[in-house]
Amino acid sequence: MMNSRKVEILVGLFVVLALASLAMLAMKVANQGISGNGETYELKAKFDNIGGLKVRSPVKVGGVVVGRVGAIDLDAKDFTPVVTLVISENYKGFPETSSVSILTSGLLGEQYLGLQPGFSFEGIDTLKAGDFIEDTKSALVLEDLIGQFLFSRNND
Amino acid sequence: MEWFAGIGRHSLGKLAAIGRALFVLTGALVAKPSLKHVPLTIKQIYVVGVQSLAIIIVSGAFIGMVLALQAYTVLVDYGAEESLGPMVALSLLRELGPVVTALLFAGRAGSALTAEIGLMKATEQLTSLEMMAVDPLRRIIAPRLWAGIISMPLLALIFSAIGILGGQAVGVDWLGVDAGSYWSVMQAAVDFDDDVMNGVIKSVVFAFVVTWIAVFKGYDSIPTSEGISQATTQTVVYASLAVLGLDFILTALMFGTH
Amino acid sequence: MQDLVRIENMSFSRGERPIYHNISLSIPQGKTTAIMGPSGIGKTTLLKLIGGQLRPQEGDILYKNESIPKMKRGRLFEVRQQMSMLFQSGALFTDMTVFENVAFPLREHTKLSESLIRAVVLMKLQSVGLRGAAQMMPSELSGGMARRAALARAIALDPELIMYDEPFAGQDPISMGVIVKLIKELNDAMNLTSVVVTHDVAEVMSIADYVYILADKRVIGEGTPEQIRDHDSELVQQFLCGQADGPVPFHYPAKSLEQDFLGSR
Repeated sequence: MMNSRKVEILVGLFVVLALASLAMLAMKVANQGISGNGETYELKAKFDNIGGLKVRSPVKVGGVVVGRVGAIDLDAKDFTPVVTLVISENYKGFPETSSVSILTSGLLGEQYLGLQPGFSFEGIDTLKAGDFIEDTKSALVLEDLIGQFLFSRNND
Repeated sequence: MEWFAGIGRHSLGKLAAIGRALFVLTGALVAKPSLKHVPLTIKQIYVVGVQSLAIIIVSGAFIGMVLALQAYTVLVDYGAEESLGPMVALSLLRELGPVVTALLFAGRAGSALTAEIGLMKATEQLTSLEMMAVDPLRRIIAPRLWAGIISMPLLALIFSAIGILGGQAVGVDWLGVDAGSYWSVMQAAVDFDDDVMNGVIKSVVFAFVVTWIAVFKGYDSIPTSEGISQATTQTVVYASLAVLGLDFILTALMFGTH
Repeated sequence: MQDLVRIENMSFSRGERPIYHNISLSIPQGKTTAIMGPSGIGKTTLLKLIGGQLRPQEGDILYKNESIPKMKRGRLFEVRQQMSMLFQSGALFTDMTVFENVAFPLREHTKLSESLIRAVVLMKLQSVGLRGAAQMMPSELSGGMARRAALARAIALDPELIMYDEPFAGQDPISMGVIVKLIKELNDAMNLTSVVVTHDVAEVMSIADYVYILADKRVIGEGTPEQIRDHDSELVQQFLCGQADGPVPFHYPAKSLEQDFLGSR
């Protein structure tokens, strides 16, 4: 049997190797998930149709990820989808006039929420935790688009 | 009638075995941990962990490489080679890392644990510990159980990391997927909590079950050469089946709903 | 004379098979007691019963007038520190040197300093004549040496009771002589109480103060070696002289010859 000092050193190296793997998986492989590390706050938005949006889909401002979709529920009264946005505390103070729309990355890519900050004048408040974003644009659904297209052609 | 009696006898036997397994587990883990046993556990981490490192690294590298090769041939038909990164990373982190590590661990370290403890029993070492007023559950079983529970998640992390690097070697360096997109698309798709940590949780569960089965089968073995060889085989078979069955349950709980 | 261990009307069966039926015997303090009997009679079982590893179905086993089967686990472990058992195989820990094996009970049960442990271990090894083999691994020892190393480990904590399980089995005449001498010496020098379980009649008769002969689930003869030699039981005489046939038949119980050879065909 090897002496215990050598065993201890090798076990130490083993643990270090495992921690290095974990570090690599955390830094290089996984996104530094906005949920989880760092402070966040929530905004809500109502849509007519959320299309293929899912929990954990990203929320982007001009392509920059600022948060994720935290939850998707159906409003009990008017039966419209309510999306909860979990935004990083680093990005706050969006004006009340901001709009949010469901967009698709690429032709077949996943769907995400595009947040378009509105203009801020005097007298316009900023969005605070729990506020609803009033101005929303629903997802484009292919069947609806085709239907609209055919309808408008018939009108010609 | 005899047929029903057979079923009854068989079930009672199994129940008794489960009872003995729980007794071994509580005897080993519930007892207050003693500082004296830390060096023993470190030595066992060396035996079950460090000595399994080679097989884990080699298997991880090859599985990552094969995964990249197979995924590429499918993805390239849809022009979706950029998705190679998430494909390789998610397969490894969520499934193959914990599961294959557990299977290899059962074969490499689990069978060795069973045989070692079985031989200790056959050569009266366990009885002689009892007679020296030393509880073999705490002195022999507990350090091995802890070493397994500590080692396997570490091995699984190393396995996944090496596999992702192996995937990069094939996908990027050989098949020519863009290195930037391999890593960045991977980063966009992999979540630390949902994917990495869930994989680690799976691995801890597997470690617990595999090591438990291994030490119990050794402790409960019939102390003859056939008894020990049978116990060793049973360790590998039961541990592998338990891992695959539990994997389905855990996957359904973790990833099944969305 | 005081009894260190007393077995009272004890019955023990393993599963369906009865091993002991209502036996009583006592082991006097400071003496060497031999327990003899044909193989397969459960002599090792008796030692395990005294050590509290098995519990009898009926009757009681008293150690210093305290019931072993009724002890709580913690108390049993305390009592076991005063006992020690030499196993047939030696049961040395194969992953430690001889030195570490002998040091093992000291490290587990005492808080002695490293230098003191070293002194005690070397002293114990010296007494069995294996000081020179301290750094060897058990796999490098011969059978007789392994048993002596195990003996050194068994006396490391200076027990009051030491139980030898077949100490002479499978030994060459020289190692047998060595072990006989050691058992005798240890008993005299340390005022140990020894229990020797064996079926080697000649060796044990030379060192035992009192002898029990077990057969057929009970004690068939007891007394000092002289009394045993003159015992009038046929069974005892067959055992002592090693006759092939007698009360213990040569043939394992079987159907009659006619039936087996000619019968059911």
